[in-house]
Amino acid sequence: MSYLAELAINGALVGLMYALTALGIVLVFKTSGVANLAQGALAMVGGYVMWWFAAALGAPLWLAIPLSLVVMFGVGRGIERVALRRMVGQPVIMIIMLTLGVEILLRGAAPALWGAVVKRLDIGIAQRPIVLGDILINRAYFWGGLVALLLIGLSLLFFTSRQGVVLRAVADDQAASWAVGIRVERAIGLSWGLAGVAAACAGILWGSVQGVDWTLSLLLIKALAVAILGGLDSIGGVLVAGIAVGVLENVIPGYVDPLVGGGTRDLVAATVILLTILVRPFGLFGREDIERV
Amino acid sequence: MFYRLAGIRHTSYTADRALWPVPVDRVQIAVLLLLALVAPFVLPNLYLTSYLLPWIIWSTAALGLNLLMGWAGQIHLGYAAVMAIGAYGAIHLVRAGVPFEIAIILGGFLSAAIGLVFGFAALRVKGLYLAISTLAMQYLVDWIISHVEAISGGSQATLQAPAFRVFGIPIADDRARYYVALAVCLMVTAFMLNVGRTSFGRALAAVREKDFAAAVIGVNPYRFKLLAFWCSSFLGGIAGAVLAFCYYRAVTPEQFDLDVSIQAVAMVIVGGMASVIGSFLGAALVLLAPIVLNNLVDALAHALGLSLSADVISHIPLILYGGLIIGFLLIEPLGLAKVYDNLRNYFLVWPFRHARR
Repeated sequence: MSYLAELAINGALVGLMYALTALGIVLVFKTSGVANLAQGALAMVGGYVMWWFAAALGAPLWLAIPLSLVVMFGVGRGIERVALRRMVGQPVIMIIMLTLGVEILLRGAAPALWGAVVKRLDIGIAQRPIVLGDILINRAYFWGGLVALLLIGLSLLFFTSRQGVVLRAVADDQAASWAVGIRVERAIGLSWGLAGVAAACAGILWGSVQGVDWTLSLLLIKALAVAILGGLDSIGGVLVAGIAVGVLENVIPGYVDPLVGGGTRDLVAATVILLTILVRPFGLFGREDIERV
Repeated sequence: MFYRLAGIRHTSYTADRALWPVPVDRVQIAVLLLLALVAPFVLPNLYLTSYLLPWIIWSTAALGLNLLMGWAGQIHLGYAAVMAIGAYGAIHLVRAGVPFEIAIILGGFLSAAIGLVFGFAALRVKGLYLAISTLAMQYLVDWIISHVEAISGGSQATLQAPAFRVFGIPIADDRARYYVALAVCLMVTAFMLNVGRTSFGRALAAVREKDFAAAVIGVNPYRFKLLAFWCSSFLGGIAGAVLAFCYYRAVTPEQFDLDVSIQAVAMVIVGGMASVIGSFLGAALVLLAPIVLNNLVDALAHALGLSLSADVISHIPLILYGGLIIGFLLIEPLGLAKVYDNLRNYFLVWPFRHARR
């Protein structure tokens, strides 16, 4: 029983970090209806930038973290400004490929710029696990999950602020927002910037667990699973789905791996995506008006 | 000047429906065909096996994917998985003693059968959701291939392609393998050149433009979406089998992972959707540009006395794929085919630009 509890708790905490990455996908989809498949690479760049500030330039943590968040906000906005704004009105296949192109470009450019060997990112979390009765909890997961929870809560609060209302208006109807004087392009740019920030947080947290290298961009498939399961336009859904995917991804391999010889962890996210799309394409909490064939 | 249109009068339906009504196009095709046929005898072996051979095989694959993406307008991010099914199927069949010609077709049918499963997702969702579900299926197929020992022979194993003969002729050297790949490529090209003129191709185009409008005019979108997935997976399976037999001469799961899928989509997008010549040009650019650029960067670094780290050099292909995809989508969304078309249109009326037709 405690084995199951340990797997589930650690899984839920990891899932919260996935949810943080997925937050960027949801924010962008909600405001502009664009699938942000560059989110994995954004998380990777976030990890690299943090490493660059902290390890290579020697900035203290309290300075390096905000700095890298600011830089990633700029990167997110930059992608929107340079690439996506010109694609408005193009078929969805083109826009998906464009974000995939950005993903590939970043996945090549970041290791080329900063080196491909795994970088250790130390954000001051001790290695020893937290002991709760007979359950061991990974301390990095614990803090990561907590920070992720906090940030997702913050983004929920953000939607009640003035800027947040603007984003909600744009999400609801772009043309109508235009008519009442909202600058739609700026709102979409803001959502990309926030996606960059969410990705950077996820990249830093996840990078401190497994080191920073290109494999951070593999967060994309997990984040997609979370975003699809929760509903592509629901921030609350990200939270629930993140925990669900994290728990499944830890518990299933814990019991099935010894039977089939390992590697089922990579399969969970793909299976979650397929089942969700076949059974309930709009996800747990998404709006049901997704275009069906 | 070159493309003289004078004297081309469509006086019969046959002449009107000719694939290449302009004589210079026919000459061009004949010359290209001749070049492709004599290439093994004039090109050094290195160029034949490491440039020309992968190019024609990947063009075949890109044509298959283009049928789905360009003609039928569906997204497929799991094409490498489909190719892997064909490759593994054909290799296992030849090992079991089935003749190569039959094995490769059966491999295609196997791919088509499993590719149809990808197609069922297309019946329920489209656009973004279709892209993500094909992505998920790529992961599933990859995992199954590498973890089921009966297919891959263990997760790290390499299956050698057995020796094979085509119509009784043993295929032993690089030239023979090249001709096998060329024959398959020509057949697929001939099919793709003509598919737009059949009722099937027109139905696909109708589904691509608007599926319920297609339904209104009596084209069953479900049927034609599934058919598009079926056909394109069949072609992909055959291309995968040829790739495994003629180019790699062995097959491992890593040859067909997600990056290869994205590479195939890049070929279609860079080349141009729904264009036969675009598939060839796109495959050429995506395959050859990294090699050329690598050499260029090397030469430049030498000339300037810079020492580039191995990290930079090994990541140039990735940066280039990404850059090519972004650049083409932003600047020329119709791809290299459109660039070619612009050039051709320019020369169509070349010395007399005022006489635009």
